[in-house]
Order: sequence, then C-alpha cells, then structure tokens
Amino acid sequence: MSNITKAPTPAAGGRAGAKKELSEHFKAYKHIWVFVEQERGQVHPVSFELLGAGRKLADKLKVDLAAVVIGPEGEATRNAALESFCYGADLTYLVTDNVLSEYRNESYTKALTDLVNTYKPEILLLGATTLGRDLAGSVATTLLTGLTADCTELDVDADGSLAATRPTFGGSLLCTIYTLNYRPQMATVRPRVMPMPERVARDAARIIIHPLHLVEEDIVTKVLSFVPDRDSAKSNLAYADVVVAGGLGLGSPESFQLVRQLAAVLGAEYGCSRPLVQKGWVTSDRQIGQTGKTIRPKLYIAAGISGAIQHRVGVEGADLIVAINTDKNAPIFDFAHIGIVNDAMHLLPALTAAFRARLSPHSRDRLAS
Amino acid sequence: MHSVVCIKQVPDPAQIRVHPVTDTIVRKGVPTKINPYDLFALGAALELRDKFGGEITVLTMGPPSAEDSLRKALTFGADRAVLLTDSFFAGVDTLATTYVLATAIRKIGETFCRPDIIITGNESIDRETAEVGPGIAKRLGLLKLTYVAKIVGLDLISRTIEAECRAEGGVQVLRTKLPCLISMLEANNQTRRGVVTDVLPAGRAPIVKWSAQEAVVEDISKCGAPGSPTIVKRVFAPSPGSEKAGLVEAAEQPTKVLMKPILNSQPRLETDLVAQARGF
Ligand SMILES: Cc1cc2nc3c(=O)[nH]c(=O)nc-3n(C[C@H](O)[C@H](O)[C@H](O)COP(=O)(O)OP(=O)(O)OC[C@H]3O[C@@H](n4cnc5c(N)ncnc54)[C@H](O)[C@@H]3O)c2cc1C
Ligand SMILES: Nc1ncnc2c1ncn2[C@@H]1O[C@H](COP(=O)(O)O)[C@@H](O)[C@H]1O
Repeated sequence: MSNITKAPTPAAGGRAGAKKELSEHFKAYKHIWVFVEQERGQVHPVSFELLGAGRKLADKLKVDLAAVVIGPEGEATRNAALESFCYGADLTYLVTDNVLSEYRNESYTKALTDLVNTYKPEILLLGATTLGRDLAGSVATTLLTGLTADCTELDVDADGSLAATRPTFGGSLLCTIYTLNYRPQMATVRPRVMPMPERVARDAARIIIHPLHLVEEDIVTKVLSFVPDRDSAKSNLAYADVVVAGGLGLGSPESFQLVRQLAAVLGAEYGCSRPLVQKGWVTSDRQIGQTGKTIRPKLYIAAGISGAIQHRVGVEGADLIVAINTDKNAPIFDFAHIGIVNDAMHLLPALTAAFRARLSPHSRDRLAS
Repeated sequence: MHSVVCIKQVPDPAQIRVHPVTDTIVRKGVPTKINPYDLFALGAALELRDKFGGEITVLTMGPPSAEDSLRKALTFGADRAVLLTDSFFAGVDTLATTYVLATAIRKIGETFCRPDIIITGNESIDRETAEVGPGIAKRLGLLKLTYVAKIVGLDLISRTIEAECRAEGGVQVLRTKLPCLISMLEANNQTRRGVVTDVLPAGRAPIVKWSAQEAVVEDISKCGAPGSPTIVKRVFAPSPGSEKAGLVEAAEQPTKVLMKPILNSQPRLETDLVAQARGF
C-alpha cells in the first residue's frame, strides 16, 4: 500500500495495472500452506478456520493444502498435526524440537523460512493473532516477499495470484492487494473472520518431518517468564455465543460491574470498547474491535458504546446486535438490529433482574410461556 | 545511549474518504498527526534518556510536510530529527520502506553516533501491518522484540534489555542483547509532553533532510513503487450495514421489549442456563 502518494487504484493506473508475470525461479512455488498455531498445547481455532479457507483456494487452483506444525516434541504437537487432516489438509509439514517449546520469534522464523525455502509454497496463510502477526512479519521480511495483514477476504485468480482484501484506514475503506512476482504470497487473517469448517474424522495422510538444526545456545533471546492475563483463562470472547460489552457511557469502573452482572446471568463473556482498556478499567484481552478481538456471537449486547468504526469492524459478524445508548443519533444504531434509547445504568440492572427471574429454575414466566 | 525512534506521519483515519467518482483516496485537507504508537516509542526513548543519558534521534520517511511531525517530536524532547524525503520514495510498500529506513539508520550511525536501540511503533494506524519494525531489524541484522508493552530493564554494561511483550493470553518477559530493535505497543505510561527541559532546546534542534542520494540509498530500484512486492489493486468503501436498527425510544418496559428477541436469538440459552442453575 502506498503511504506517501495516493494509493494506486484502478483509476490511478500505473502499477495497479502491472502484469503479474512470475520470474522463472518462482514458478516452482506450488500449493497452499496454513501455519497451525499452538497456544500452550492447544491448536488455536483460527488455524482450523484458515484450513477451511485454504481448502477452498486449493480446490479452486487444484493444488494441495498443507498444514505446517511447529512446536516442541510431544503429544500436543503430534495431535496438532493429526487434527489438521480432519480440517482438510492433504499433508502436514512437521518441525519438532524442544527449543520450540515457548514461542520465540528467532526460532519459529527459522523453522518456517527453512520449510518455505525447501518446499516452496505459493501461498502461506497465518492467523492474525499476536503470535501469527509477529511470525508472519519476520518471515515475510526474511524471504523479502509481500504480506497482507489482517485480511477479511481471500480469493485466487486462475493464474494462482492471491487477491487479499483487508480493511484500511481504520476500517473506513477496504483494499484488495496482490503480491507481484514474489513467492510465497503471504496473508494473515484474524480469528473469527472465516467460518469454522466442520471437523471430519480422517486418518493422517502424508506427514513430512523437517529438522530444525538449532540449539538453545544459538538463540540470543531468552524467555524469563510468562505472566498469564488475570482472567484470560476464562476469557473466550472471540468464540463466545453471547457477549455483553460496555463503553465510556458507563461513566466509571464501578458501573462496569453492571455489564459483568448481566453477562454472568446470561452465561456470557463480557467485553468493552477501547477507552476502558486505556483507562485501566478492564484488561486488554477484553477489548473488542479493530485493535482488540473480533467477535461472532449469536447475541451481542452493547451498552454505552457509541459504535465507532473501529469498534464496529469487530462486532459486525454478530447474528443479533442489541445496542443501549442514551443518544438516539449514536452511530451504533446504524448497524445494531435492535436499538434501545435508554440509560444503561438503569436498563442493565433491570435486564439482569429480569433474566435472573426468568432463568431461575422456578420461573413462573417461563413455565407459563 | 543513543536511541533512534522511527515515527510516521499519518492521516486521521476517521476523516479519510473515497472519492465518489474517481474511486481514489481523498487525502487532501485531511489533518495529519504522529502515528499514536510512535508516541509510545518516543516516550520509551525519553525514559531511557532520563535514566541513562545520551540522545534521541527521530527519523521519518515521508513528504516534505512530514517535517511538522518531526518538529512536534522535537518539542516532546527528541534531540535531533531526520527527514527522508524524495520522489523516489513515493508509492512504497512495507518492504521498500524498511529498505530506505534501514539505509538511513546506517547513515545516522556513521554521521552521528551508533544507535544502541531502535524503537518503532508496533504498527501504523493507516497501514497497520506491524511489519516495518521487524523488517528494519532484519535488514540491519539486529535482534528484535515486538509487541513490547514495557521496557523493564536495560543494562549498558552487560548490554542486555528486558521487556514485557504481549503474547496470546498473557505477557512474555524476554531478555535480549543490545543493539536491538523494539516495537512498542500502546503502553500504559502517558506520553509525556511539554516538560520544560524538553521543550526549550526544541527550537534550536536541527532537522536534517536527506534525499535518497544523501541517505546513500544504493539501489534506487529497491525503494518506492518498483521495490514493493505488493500492489493495491482496488480500494473501495465497505458496503453499508443492513437496514437501520429498529429503534425503541423511551419504551415503557424496555426489558420486556428485549427479552423476547434475546431469547429467540439463542433458543438454547434458556434451557442451557436453567439446566445449569438446576445443577445438571
Ligand atoms: C487506531 C485506532 C484503533 C482503535 N481500536 C479500537 C478498538 O479495537 N475497539 C474500540 O472499541 N475502539 C477502538 N478505537 C477507538 C474508537 O475510535 C472510539 O474512540 C471508541 O470505540 C469509543 O468508545 P466508546 O463507544 O466506549 O466511547 P464514546 O465514543 O465516548 O461513546 C460513549 C457512548 O455512551 C453513550 N452514553 C452516555 N451515557 C450513557 C448512559 N447512561 N447509558 C447509555 N449510553 C450512554 C453516549 O451517547 C455515547 O454514544 C480505536 C481508535 C483508533 C484511532
Ligand atoms: N514512513 C515511515 N517513516 C518512519 N517510520 C515508519 C514509517 N512507516 C512505518 N514506520 C514505523 O514502523 C512502525 C510500524 O508501521 P507499519 O508496519 O506500517 O504498521 C510505525 O509505528 C513506525 O514506527
């Protein structure tokens, strides 16, 4: 993307019309790869979402879909490799070594770039998680190829070019980006942007094991400790079915309790807009939006949130958006399905009480209806 | 202790529009500012200078008007500013940007003083790739720490740095060796601005302007549009959301209004939660 002159667009001509001619040595690059991310022994769901997306692209291009699994020796890494087949991989590249037990940019970059240089994929997809973005950035700069971050749509042309579409300028615009004459074409996609494919039990097919050739002494950067987020063990915002969130309209950290209480009654996860994280009222893993989590719940209740574009892009995938705001002109009412012009300070406790009554095992209301 | 801080002048993203007829990005008249993450980068450099002394160079590649951002950075306390501006730099993508910035950082090291640390923002708000920092490190052969929330320690004798870095589900405390590059995430520390001792020298601080030639960019084909592996094929506005919300204003009993659609949206919610409450 251009950052100095205006971005080239079809109207701008110039490089936008450039031919996608591939140099000879890149013609050997074939097949689609998905990096399978592990997070403390669990495969991050975004990797399965990407295998689903990668499967479609591979079928369209009539090439193979490969999973790339990198991690320490042991059960978890092996399982990640096996699971990849159930989500559509034709083969898996596996690098296991105990220096890979904690994510470090140096060692993971080496593992992944070695694989790319040896087996030459034409497209490489990673989840746009903290880890995935960090890894993708250094792999792309090591290989001197192009990377399109945080894509919302992926497609391929008949000639194998990846058309990667992403929001830009804080979500106010979308742009479609091509990587000309460099391989692999790399893209990251945020969790919950692509639908989760159905798991189909399948036996492992081909697994290609690749050595790392790295010892601990070679790695300068050391992990001194890992401090888990205070309540992250419970936070599963991105994958929650019901999310209740509050914004600055709540006015104080104390009133944020009202959001937590409603969430508790509904068995929901709670989240917030960015200012609350900046003020330190809520931990950052609860932030929803462009620089926070993308959510795709069946139900999203937003209280005291104005609905800025950066918040909107993170919640648009919700099936039902309920907005509570005192200002009937708040932008959130432009994309909410149900808008309630009301004071969240009153409505949240009222809703909590109503649901508590309704959902109690002896609710008359419920039994009557 | 010499810190080089890379800052980028960005348009206010909220005010960017697509021209309805030509389908191009309209930047004219859109106010610009320093990329917010880069202020945290500068803040971290100021803290290091408070502790260890030394100097701070701010560096930007951009149009001549990017001088405004450099001036601002000087009033925040940077000691020296370098502006890379040249028509060759136009139309760059990430890879070409890192080529130019890395070249300039080398030249800064030769001209002034070798940097001990290079600090970038984690990402720019108009491009949001988070690649420029790692790319510069790669090109300079430096170690790097990304997603840095806080520098927790720095030791000029053993030449090590310790930092808290955001990771999935928590914070990794990492230690690496100087010289290195770090990219700063939004930190909790407020960017300090306008401290008298910072502001006073700002008027006298020089802004060094380098063209491609002056920055000793050897391979012009690697910068600007020709050196960029990616191209933007199409820019378009997102399709507007579906129909406007069914607004419920001053409803008598908003809880009643809400209850039904909420329960309908989640047919299993009620049964699941009731079952839970019963202790199944
Ligand atoms: C690069 C960048 C990235 C960003 N990323 C994100 C992101 O990931 N997520 C995010 O959320 N934001 C993000 N933002 C910030 C975003 O632009 C907005 O500033 C932010 O979302 C506003 O938060 P808010 O709606 O809580 O506050 P406000 O905009 O202040 O809105 C408060 C709302 O509460 C309403 N209100 C007031 N009192 C009451 C009451 N008693 N009851 C009900 N309603 C009431 C008001 O009418 C108002 O609409 C980002 C910004 C930038 C520049
Ligand atoms: N043109 C530029 N001049 C100076 N620094 C830049 C420039 N572009 C990006 N950077 C730095 O790189 C960081 C990451 O930017 P990006 O990779 O575009 O998200 C920014 O926060 C800046 O510190």
